[in-house]
Amino acid sequence: MSDHLLVATRKGLFGFRRGAGGRWRNDETAFLGEPVNLVLADARDGNCYAALNLGHFGVKLHRRRPGQDWQECAVPVYPPQPDAGGGAPEDKASVAWTLQQIWALEAGGADQPGALWAGTIPGGLFRSDDCGDSWTLVRSLWDRPERAEWFGGGYDAAGIHSVCVDPRDSGHVTLAVSCGGVWQTRDGGANWACTTAGMRADYMPPERAEDPVIQDPHRMVSCRDAPDALWVQHHNGIFRSVDGGMAWEAREAQPSSFGFAVAVHPADPHTAWFVPAIKDACRVPVEGRFVVTRTRDGGATFQALSRGLPEGPAYDLVYRHGLDVDASGNRLAMGSTTGGLWLTEDGGDEWTCISTHLPPILALRFA
Amino acid sequence: MPRIVFAPAIQRHVAVAAQDIAAGTVREALDAAFAVEPRLRGYILDDQRRLRAHLAIFVDGVAVRDRAGLTDMVPAGSEVYVVQALSGG
Repeated sequence: MSDHLLVATRKGLFGFRRGAGGRWRNDETAFLGEPVNLVLADARDGNCYAALNLGHFGVKLHRRRPGQDWQECAVPVYPPQPDAGGGAPEDKASVAWTLQQIWALEAGGADQPGALWAGTIPGGLFRSDDCGDSWTLVRSLWDRPERAEWFGGGYDAAGIHSVCVDPRDSGHVTLAVSCGGVWQTRDGGANWACTTAGMRADYMPPERAEDPVIQDPHRMVSCRDAPDALWVQHHNGIFRSVDGGMAWEAREAQPSSFGFAVAVHPADPHTAWFVPAIKDACRVPVEGRFVVTRTRDGGATFQALSRGLPEGPAYDLVYRHGLDVDASGNRLAMGSTTGGLWLTEDGGDEWTCISTHLPPILALRFA
Repeated sequence: MPRIVFAPAIQRHVAVAAQDIAAGTVREALDAAFAVEPRLRGYILDDQRRLRAHLAIFVDGVAVRDRAGLTDMVPAGSEVYVVQALSGG
């Protein structure tokens, strides 16, 4: 079970550690005052990474090797845009060739020390083979003609927010794009296929509802011990795959199937957690009740879990990277955009409030 | 000689002293500063080598007009001032 949690917020990175008595305390702070939107703890070498979005000064990536201080490393850099015509940064077309956000950051396979994958807004996938000292755009995906149909979900441009590396085969990587569907490679990124059969986007014109390249998965996770099992929290609702993301089936949860975050039990593919909001047109908890929904039977049924969560009206919203489960499957942490941080040690039956006074939480990860 | 100066808000991230530069274009002035401190480039320009959207550059108090090509001239004896705009939070 993990005793260490990294919480990325709009005003810095906060580390929490579980003490002997079971209380979680903030034991470190970094980048105070700066927006940290993503964090990664690489179990292969103990490196931690924090993605910052400095607004005026762009996206920055910092790395902390075990026992050392945070140090800035390289960020993905988009190549020169062809026929840019010298457009200003504010022009829509030229916005699309500039790094706006690192929106996914994952370690490569156990057999690829130093390999990292970065998903970005406006939709490029980058790979590093040296722990972030250099990055290369995966052109085989960037140059796909279907990418012209991608569009932004919550941001002006499309973005890759989820990258799942198959633990059985490091060359098999599945990623999810808002709004651009689910894409897979089985050869380390040389070739890609869009695999969204079964997903639908009812908020689109009917003739486009099943179009693969405009699907809007909000977040995708795969089961560590059963990697063919994937769960997606989609703009349209919840989808589940049992065949490695080739086909998807809708699942319905109460009080709502809409939300942003999802976590899957690392050892049990049938168990997953979601944090619902009413619907896309009203992104607050249903009836002001902040709950977590959990399924233990592959989505046939869901429980709404609320013990330890606010009793009165609460309008917390959990972003797509604001929910994480540790390697045991018993501890989960979630952080809201109103600065609330909760943790459970029993799979969600009981939650403990760690803080309600953090800055807006953008992401968190057990380390 | 012209000088290029970076505002304290930028120095907070990357320390770089004011420096004398050769007269030329704004881009040439920035490149001279980047030669001294390569880390600065990514803070000032985006990956298409344009001035970042929420930064401003003034030459003797006049905002540069060509934010993409950075071809505005820097006359002898002038001061180039690079500062974050108040937009962008």
